[in-house]
Amino acid sequence: MEGILKVAMPGLILVVEALVLLLVALLHVAYTTYAERKIIGHMQQRLGPNRVGPRGLLQPIADVLKLLTKEDIVPLGTEKTLFYLAPFISLVAGATSLAVIPVWEKFALANVNVGLLVILALSSLSSYGVILSGWASNSRYAFLGGLRASAQVVSYEVAMALSLVGVMLMAGSMNLAEIVKAQVASPFKVYAIPQIVGFFVFMISAIAETNRVPFDLPEAETELVAGYFVEYSGIRFGLFYLAEYFGMVVMSAVAVTCFLGGWSGPFEIPGVPFFWFLVKLYALLFFYIWVRATLPRYRYDQLMGLGWKLLIPLSLLNILITGLIKLWV
Amino acid sequence: MAPTVEIHRKQIGHPEWDEPFVVNMGPQHPSTHGVLRLFLELDGETIVGCDPRIGYLHRGLEKLSENLTYSQALVLTDRLDYISSAANNTGYCLAVEKLLGLSVPRRARLLRTIVCEMARISSHLLWLATHALDIGAMTVFLYCFRDREWLLDIYEKICGARLTVSYTRIGGVRLDFTPEIVEELYRFTEEFPARITDYETLIDVNRIWLKRTKGVAVVPPEKAINMGLTGPSLRGSGVPYDVRKFKPYDAYDEVEFEVPVGRNGDTYDRYRVRMEEMRQANRIIRQCLDKLPETEGEPVVAEGAPDLLMPEKKKSPQAVPHPKKGFLVKGAEVPVVPEGEVYVSIEAPKGELGYYIVSDGSGKPWRVRVRAPSFVHISAIPEMVKGHMVADIIAVIGTLDVVLGECDR
Amino acid sequence: MSVVEKLRERFGTAILGEEVSCDQISVYVDREVLPEIMRFLHDELDFKHLADLCGVDYLGWKGKRQKKERFEVVYNLYSISRKEPLRIKVSVPEEDPRVPSVTSIWQVANWFERECYDMFGIRFEGHPDLRRLLMPENWPGHPLRKDHPLELEEEWPEYEKLREKARELSRYEWGDRRVRGG
Repeated sequence: MEGILKVAMPGLILVVEALVLLLVALLHVAYTTYAERKIIGHMQQRLGPNRVGPRGLLQPIADVLKLLTKEDIVPLGTEKTLFYLAPFISLVAGATSLAVIPVWEKFALANVNVGLLVILALSSLSSYGVILSGWASNSRYAFLGGLRASAQVVSYEVAMALSLVGVMLMAGSMNLAEIVKAQVASPFKVYAIPQIVGFFVFMISAIAETNRVPFDLPEAETELVAGYFVEYSGIRFGLFYLAEYFGMVVMSAVAVTCFLGGWSGPFEIPGVPFFWFLVKLYALLFFYIWVRATLPRYRYDQLMGLGWKLLIPLSLLNILITGLIKLWV
Repeated sequence: MAPTVEIHRKQIGHPEWDEPFVVNMGPQHPSTHGVLRLFLELDGETIVGCDPRIGYLHRGLEKLSENLTYSQALVLTDRLDYISSAANNTGYCLAVEKLLGLSVPRRARLLRTIVCEMARISSHLLWLATHALDIGAMTVFLYCFRDREWLLDIYEKICGARLTVSYTRIGGVRLDFTPEIVEELYRFTEEFPARITDYETLIDVNRIWLKRTKGVAVVPPEKAINMGLTGPSLRGSGVPYDVRKFKPYDAYDEVEFEVPVGRNGDTYDRYRVRMEEMRQANRIIRQCLDKLPETEGEPVVAEGAPDLLMPEKKKSPQAVPHPKKGFLVKGAEVPVVPEGEVYVSIEAPKGELGYYIVSDGSGKPWRVRVRAPSFVHISAIPEMVKGHMVADIIAVIGTLDVVLGECDR
Repeated sequence: MSVVEKLRERFGTAILGEEVSCDQISVYVDREVLPEIMRFLHDELDFKHLADLCGVDYLGWKGKRQKKERFEVVYNLYSISRKEPLRIKVSVPEEDPRVPSVTSIWQVANWFERECYDMFGIRFEGHPDLRRLLMPENWPGHPLRKDHPLELEEEWPEYEKLREKARELSRYEWGDRRVRGG
């Protein structure tokens, strides 16, 4: 019995840890939607949700319940398997990235040595959900949305990966915990200052990667109605929605880890070692929301132009300079 | 399986797919501003062909008017461009007044000018809100609605209705302004210019906005006239044609205002023209308000204006020749609206709104023709979007500022 | 020299008459030479703005002015450079309702003429795409003609077809079940 426990214990602990992390992340995602509505509401001189629960705090729960109980409509003529699968691909790929993110020094679900690569791989994978759903829906708007998504992935994935190369060069590691430690040891404490160009490129491509304003072309409500998920309803629609916010949280977490010094802060807060991580995360999430309330949408060709003509050359230049400095200093 | 299902079986993007990629945009679509339906033939994202289909809101307004009296038909004009109903009413009343040969008291003309310019501001605010929302700027939308709400509230105080006002009537206006309304309008005109500046800072310095509007759907001036564009859409191309200046009606000849024109004729210029027009409209309201005390106590309806319940004949005030006997008779019955025909156009917020009315001397119009700017503007869409991208079609619909109620009539 | 005099000088007998109503001049022209007259007005007299084009049905007209033919097509022109309006009218007989198209002169005439065709059944010769515009393709008659009833006595036959279709679709899982049976 003891033997079994001894073998099973680490696995059990991992499962519990994973569950806790997932639950916390889900709560974050749910309340990001609430925060988004509330913040944008106040930016636009209106109230935002305020009916369900005190100050509308139960709104996300009500939303989930509503989506769960809605009829799940699958239009005829769709590629059934892919249509069912696509939202899960998006969501799973988005949520799995959370496993490698070190929330604080001693807590990362999977402390793998190629953490950054895992994140990049998974975030490209989540775009497959978008592309596949666009194709499987057999609807013209969804098809256009899927096309846009694939084009967007091709251009912005590259820029994002390249912008992270500078960080890898400086830290000399792809392990996220190592990157944070290397940052703390560096003269500026955060990489956002020496890697300002990389940070800039990363933030922009992260918005594009998560399909948010001003790069929300695949779903562009006023052009393609809802783009790739126009044919989805009920909880499948909800899953896409969830995936988008998961992507937002993951991308912000990666930015915090790679550029803003992760869990480290100006001073220790006893008892809450992840305090600074969360503060930075929330700040970045606020930035996302703020951008959404302010900016209009790019046009498709302008978006591609921005990616290929500005972001990729910039990040290449950044790599070159970082490499040269690394070589001589 | 029924044949209807088989159509759906064909996969888009499948190698066997050999038809042109046609997207049916509308009539239910978030940004076609009503029930406009566009058949778009696409090559990737580029528009190859575009065929607007209208008529989803066709209520037979022209046919209906032929079966109503002149006063009853006035109410229908509210439903043309339901965003600026006061301007539609004014145009119709001007046409009927011209048929009748009525001259409207000065106070009524001032009041009409005020409500017309209020309609212009509220229409342009709605245009800015939806145009910005279509391009993706969400916040401007709600800011504009806040101000529009204020204007609608003032409308409500003036005449009891917010949208379909029917405030003007043949020969004048329905009610005089109360001092509270004048006061509130003064407050509005004081605050409004600052609000416009606010909106400009929100989007005018925004690089994405500039990228999305500059150089999009350029219309050279000659072509704009040939396509029949009027109003701000024409002035964006640099043609200073404004009915308020060219054929002044109401009190426009006694107020000072400028007609802003664009230079390049692109979406951005039309946007600038409309923004500037709001400022000018504000200025016109202000001047009219300043002139109101001079006309204190004047009637707001012309003498001899027909009743709301219009009979077909009325007693003539002067002696008229008797139809059969040929000598002058006093108190004989003459038609309320004499026989004749008239084309009167006004500068509605969307463009030149014209009424062509033929009267046969009975109490009902023989023919009411509405020259609706939106109708003409929609007919110009295929020409304007050719070679542009799907995203631009939204910008084009927005920049032409179309309302389908007016287009379909 | 006024516009009407210039027109008379140039086209002579093709100008059939003029009429003044509410200080607005209307000129009746022969429909056979309408394109030439319009081209002349557009190119040489600078009437660049075709403000309106519409049809009028004078069936059962009781007014004092005599109407020779049942239909009239009315062109409201405006010269922006001279601030001058002009109305051109063409009489169209009932048995031969056709008018030469002016779309080659004014692009804006395209939809005006389509609407006029839709509403009155007047055919515009040389129009590139003369389809119905506001009414359904298979609508019986032309609604703005005076003999078209304001209210159809029976239901539009197409409507029953639509309901038939809805009934058929409601057999499928994705059809809206509420429309079953109309």
